[in-house]
Amino acid sequence: MFSVAAIIIIVAMILVLYRAIQGPRICDRVLAVNVIGTKTVVLLALIGYIYERPHFMDIALVYALINFIATIAFLKYRETGRLD
Amino acid sequence: MDIVSIISGFFIFTGVFFIIVASIGVVRFPDFYSRIHPAGKCDTMGQAMVLIGLIIFELFTEGFNLISVKMFIIIAFIFIVNPTATHALANSALIMGLKPWTKDGKSEEYPSSEERQK
Repeated sequence: MFSVAAIIIIVAMILVLYRAIQGPRICDRVLAVNVIGTKTVVLLALIGYIYERPHFMDIALVYALINFIATIAFLKYRETGRLD
Repeated sequence: MDIVSIISGFFIFTGVFFIIVASIGVVRFPDFYSRIHPAGKCDTMGQAMVLIGLIIFELFTEGFNLISVKMFIIIAFIFIVNPTATHALANSALIMGLKPWTKDGKSEEYPSSEERQK
């Protein structure tokens, strides 16, 4: 059950990767990276159950934090031209 | 197959359905502002459903422990964070001057620098 769900999520990530490569604007690429990051959190949680190591949940928690910080930092750099 | 696997499998596969619908929407919508829409809503919903299924599985097999609390923290965090990120994306695109899509087709263009200074 967990393996089938993980494979379908990987297929969805490959679909969004098309938008990240092809996207006509830089906003589309940032959006695609954000969506892939959210799917990665779910995938890490599922991998923890596939290999019967539920401590992968810590990695998923940290990845959710890092994903949000990356998006907000990139958008701030894009709007104002600096990061301080 | 026991009842716990059926219930958690129902939640997990509903969430996976929402996730794959969100990615099809991100690929196929015509405009950036409409591409934000599946990314902001369907993705949050699908993530929450998958993790709720995992919480039910954990609660009925292992009992209450710290893992399910961590999963609940992830759900609450992404419910706050994902709409905030898409809102910031739309705000940034509007500041950069991306025009919304119209029906006659000539939409996705940045205005030139002289137009932006007017």
